[in-house]
Amino acid sequence: MSTATTHDTHHEEHPRGLLRWVFTTNHKDIGTLYLIFALAMFFVGGAMAMIIRAELFQPGLQFVDPQFFNSMTTMHALIMVFGAVMPGFVGLANWLVPMMIGAPDMALPRMNNWSFWILPFAGIMLLGTLFMEGGAPAGGWTMYPPLILQTGDAFPYLIFSVHLLGISSIMGAINIVVTIVNMRAPGMTMMKMPLFVWTWLITAYLLIAVMPVFAGAVTMLLTDQYFGTSFFSAAGGGDPVMFQHIFWFFGHPEVYIMILPAFGVVSQIIPTFARKRLFGYSSMVYATASIAFLSFIVWAHHMFTVGMPLTGELFFMYATMLIAVPTGVKVFNWVSTMWKGSMTFETPMLFALAFVVLFTIGGFSGLMMAITPVDFQYHDTYFIVAHFHYTLVTGSVFTLFAAAYYWLPKWTGNMYDEKLGKLHFWLSAIFVNVLFFPQHFLGLAGMPRRIPDYSTQFAEFNMMSSLGGFAFGLTQLLFVYIVIKTVRGGSKATDKVWEGAEGLEWTLPSPPPYHSFTTAPEVK
Amino acid sequence: MTASTGSNPKLVKRLLLIVVGMFGFGFAMVPLYDVFCDITGINGKTGGRVAIAAVIEPDLDRTVMVEFIANVNQSMPWDFTPVVSRMEVHPGKMYRTSFHAKNRTDRTMVGQAIPSVTPGLAARHFKKTECFCFTEQQFLAGEGRDMPLLFMLDPELPEEIEVVTLSYTFFDKHKAIN
Repeated sequence: MSTATTHDTHHEEHPRGLLRWVFTTNHKDIGTLYLIFALAMFFVGGAMAMIIRAELFQPGLQFVDPQFFNSMTTMHALIMVFGAVMPGFVGLANWLVPMMIGAPDMALPRMNNWSFWILPFAGIMLLGTLFMEGGAPAGGWTMYPPLILQTGDAFPYLIFSVHLLGISSIMGAINIVVTIVNMRAPGMTMMKMPLFVWTWLITAYLLIAVMPVFAGAVTMLLTDQYFGTSFFSAAGGGDPVMFQHIFWFFGHPEVYIMILPAFGVVSQIIPTFARKRLFGYSSMVYATASIAFLSFIVWAHHMFTVGMPLTGELFFMYATMLIAVPTGVKVFNWVSTMWKGSMTFETPMLFALAFVVLFTIGGFSGLMMAITPVDFQYHDTYFIVAHFHYTLVTGSVFTLFAAAYYWLPKWTGNMYDEKLGKLHFWLSAIFVNVLFFPQHFLGLAGMPRRIPDYSTQFAEFNMMSSLGGFAFGLTQLLFVYIVIKTVRGGSKATDKVWEGAEGLEWTLPSPPPYHSFTTAPEVK
Repeated sequence: MTASTGSNPKLVKRLLLIVVGMFGFGFAMVPLYDVFCDITGINGKTGGRVAIAAVIEPDLDRTVMVEFIANVNQSMPWDFTPVVSRMEVHPGKMYRTSFHAKNRTDRTMVGQAIPSVTPGLAARHFKKTECFCFTEQQFLAGEGRDMPLLFMLDPELPEEIEVVTLSYTFFDKHKAIN
């Protein structure tokens, strides 16, 4: 390991052993922990998805009872959102933000340790509900009352694990904001920051703004259940619809929390492999900020069918459609970046390209549902399931893969196996479409979501979808193999790794020293 | 731009303030929601007892269908049905109808009926001078009785509304308090 940049500091040498990981305050260690946790949770949540798809393979009830099926849909969503995608991006932020802005570490390293180590306990608490009297939560990840109040012993554990996950996210977000605002290297002005840093800055503000609202909403559920309040109980003068308003006031920014860092990753990768500067850098920044702002005023498009007055439906319809404008700016900028570039198609680029195409499909199905009268038909059908899986799987998860392939050589010092990486990409890209595309047709034909059984006319598309699901799930084991293989060895990566790569992280050795940028680099 | 441009504790404090503020905002949405629905009258909540002071001229040319729905919350062991399920009414005229409820258990129970009107915009024009929903209703073991409702539709009910549905849900008062 190179010690070129650590010789003039009084940091202790690289700590060893298992406790290193428990006590670590090093952003690279914590980033690794986050990424490992996210990958583990991705497989836990994925296993639940396999149970769902196995049950839906054929009409009728085959393997699990309906209550457990509903637990699976609920837990799959909670685990994937709070356990896999969000920690995955926080892990990337930990690894990359300090290296990209030329900072020695995160601004608040001890809090960083905390925000990670809360996660496994929250995760265990949430998974522990599977073994409780009355089963795991089965009322949907959106936790609508009064249904969610019928959860058995698991209910308080659900609420407290959500509280812990929220606290972890808020601490992580505060850390990221402080790091970006206070710790940039000399010359690294705001408008020189890499786009990944920009998208994370905006995401962190979204987290700080909406996670507390979510914490408030679930606290109200808790007091309604155990302390006699009636926030959402009509019997005591409350209103269950109000929960939906509060939840989605959090929930809509939340979906952008899961996609904005993905936009950042793609904006790093495409210029590298197109060997051109990112087209429209400042418009990318403004577009990200506009998406974040708009995310606060569109929440009721998740609840068009609750019975809203016409003016409300029109407002939320137009506001939602407005989001297509900044999102379109981003997509066109990515395409323009590639225009006349000397492109090569290594695995990270393939995942990034698949992201641009498939995420846009998810965006378009979102636009379809933004149309209020049309939404009445699609609401709570497999069409919405297809929509958010296109945005979250081929959107967020694909960019996490892209990021892993892109920065893994930097992190480990070893190149991954390009052949296997490409195989992983093609299998994933094909099967994810076999898995989710038929769900559009199922939804249009009226198949409701979150139901373990279905009418026989839906049988073919469900079987197709399940087969795609099993294949997609198996393919991901290949990713684990590739990562382990790369960590253990492989051809050595150069410092720059990619011919077209630009940014401070590529000026460091591969792998970077344990303490990097202890003297701030000069940015021209 | 130097390596550290601002004070970390200061920025952390500011960000924590946002966190606390937004946690409070979540709770502030509760009264805000009620005020908003009260002003716009969109969530179908009807008001309490009204005293009709002035004599209102009934609009005999206009007929509106009023439908009655009765439900019990969750698995409350009561029977609860409207005595008539629909009535044709003239706005401005007072009508009387009743709902029947029966406590099927062998213990005394207290229930509270919560009304809701659809379409929501009709709610503020649905005037009740007497209703079993104004107070808690106590039923002895096995007791059943008819409960009266005296109501009038305000002639200012928007022209396009031809059908108004009044729904009651009975809640087990003790369960709600827990």
